[in-house]
Amino acid sequence: MFQLKEKLLSSFIAFEDQKDIDSYVHGIRTKAIKNFEKEGFPTKKLENWKYTSLKKTLNQDYKLFPTATEALEFKDIKDFLIDDIESYKIIFVDGKYCSHLSETTHEGMDICILSSALSQSKYDLLIENYFDKISKKDGITSLNTAFSSEGSYIHIPKNVQVDKPIQVVYFSTGKNESVLHQPRNLIVVDENSQVEIIERHQSLSDNRILVNSVSEIYCNQRSIVQHYKIQDDNRNASLIDNTFVSQQKNSDYTLHTFSFGGELTRNNLSIFQNDERIESTIKGITIIGENQHVDHNTLIHHKKPNCNSYQDYKGIFGENSVGVFNGQVLVEKEAQKTNAFQANNNVLISDKATINTKPQLEIFADDVKCSHGCTVGQLDKNALFYLRSRGIPEKEATALLMYGFANKVLSSVNIPEVKTRVNNIIADKLGVKMGFDI
Amino acid sequence: MLKIKNLHAQVEDKDILKGIDLEIKAGEIHAIMGPNGSGKSTLASVITGKEEYEMTEGKILFENEDLDEVSPEERAHKGIFMSFQYPIEIPGITTTNFIKTAINETRKAKGENDMPAKDMLKMLREKCDLLDIDQKFLSRSINEGFSGGEKKRNEIFQMAMLEPKLAILDETDSGLDIDALKIVANGVNKLKSEDNAVMVITHYQRLLDHIVPDYVHVLFDGKIVKSGGKELAFELEKKGYDWIKEEIK
Repeated sequence: MFQLKEKLLSSFIAFEDQKDIDSYVHGIRTKAIKNFEKEGFPTKKLENWKYTSLKKTLNQDYKLFPTATEALEFKDIKDFLIDDIESYKIIFVDGKYCSHLSETTHEGMDICILSSALSQSKYDLLIENYFDKISKKDGITSLNTAFSSEGSYIHIPKNVQVDKPIQVVYFSTGKNESVLHQPRNLIVVDENSQVEIIERHQSLSDNRILVNSVSEIYCNQRSIVQHYKIQDDNRNASLIDNTFVSQQKNSDYTLHTFSFGGELTRNNLSIFQNDERIESTIKGITIIGENQHVDHNTLIHHKKPNCNSYQDYKGIFGENSVGVFNGQVLVEKEAQKTNAFQANNNVLISDKATINTKPQLEIFADDVKCSHGCTVGQLDKNALFYLRSRGIPEKEATALLMYGFANKVLSSVNIPEVKTRVNNIIADKLGVKMGFDI
Repeated sequence: MLKIKNLHAQVEDKDILKGIDLEIKAGEIHAIMGPNGSGKSTLASVITGKEEYEMTEGKILFENEDLDEVSPEERAHKGIFMSFQYPIEIPGITTTNFIKTAINETRKAKGENDMPAKDMLKMLREKCDLLDIDQKFLSRSINEGFSGGEKKRNEIFQMAMLEPKLAILDETDSGLDIDALKIVANGVNKLKSEDNAVMVITHYQRLLDHIVPDYVHVLFDGKIVKSGGKELAFELEKKGYDWIKEEIK
């Protein structure tokens, strides 16, 4: 842990050397590395990290800047894309943008990469207005900011309905090395515009991979943003996903997080409702086993009146897996007529699996409707018998019940192919073939 | 079809069934009547293989095959069906997907291929008509938010789809108004043939006005204490169960 910190600190100068010292982000990066030096990596002593230890994950000799490897072909990555739909694609391989696998655009909008936005003066104003404005100043986010140089840059100007979803996928080939990746996404959706984004991190090797990702998403007035995170990485990959969402008047942001893979996954999600009549919906399905660990740490910050938030996270935990849900809802005094709903339901299918669930409602307004409910249980025996008595074998019946349990979360997914894909992953996870289409 | 010999069964170490003998042949309708707590629902649960019910003595033979150690799903594959007294609500799975899975798992167990989608649709439509069910109902989660009557009708719909050899109707009349009762009874009668059998478990005579039994058995304290024709049901309706209690003393 200390070794990795020292290594990061000492490599910063070399990293910055290659960048333009006069640029706006130079100041931000320099401040951020100092902040990381001060804060360091989070430990279990922090209330927000009580149930998730990074110790083992950080105790690796990660390469900080992956060496470029041979180019990938479409067939190598096809399985990790939603490949049966038309989409824009921003594909990165080992931290580098991969143009021949991507499909980007500058026509009427910018669906491209952060490095070009940071280096071209025409983007200066946007970068100054939005870059690192809402990301938290904790150790882990500061670390990403200090080394931020590449990722997706998406800017949808006003009154544009993006014609097809955007897939942002980060591949790590990590041929002979353990690698730390730090992608940085900046997404700005202007007034009255609409976009769908599918995000994924995928390791293609058995080497240890750690991704520390930061995304800043700005939903301006009346914009609609549908965001999907598919977390189904292999067992040697870990992910710390930091997502910050800033919403303006009448905007609508929806995030679905599907957590099935990886060794350790930590989702830090903060949503800031800065004005009135905002909708925020965050949902998650977690299905894990073995020694997997998935931690959802969410914050919805209601600052103004007449806004809604809706959270629905469901988890199925097998074998020795560990789940954490820490959902904070903060309703400020001014935020009257807030409707905030939170649910976290979990099923443990093994005696050794653990779930730590902790709702945190802090309400300072007096005219609000806030509800929360956490449940932890086993599958309903009577329901299981009911299905079996109709001829459905125990294993299939169990899977069907779990599918039904998780299925509610899928109802709000607007891209059928994403629904199908997730459904297939769920069926696969549960070891059955579903005898019907969704 | 079904032969029960000297059946004893327990729930949580409590003796509920204390020696039941019963034979149901293809083409027959048998009514099991009796006061609360006499063991009627336990009998149904034991025949369908619910695990909490332990058979301590005796035998259940279905088409001459001993059902001991046979799982609930295998019993269903052999053609045993129970309409639940309290149907379970299962969120997130539509009735259509549930019934499709049930039918195809049963076919798979028999070494048959999945039912072609076209045939399935046709069958769904026919059975909905038979039971006066709106097809929209099928795309709702199983029994979720259904009224008592809708749940019972859904049970009979599932029975119609699965075409069992032996259908056990456990208090299917409870929670049904008279119109729904007629629809359900009419459905059962239309599905009835020389090759299948029905076991109707009920408290009251009124369902038996519509599903007319060949035999009526009175269950009391875990035993069949009286058997007769349909007229026995009328007698029970008139005199109540106290009469039986007196008679067996």
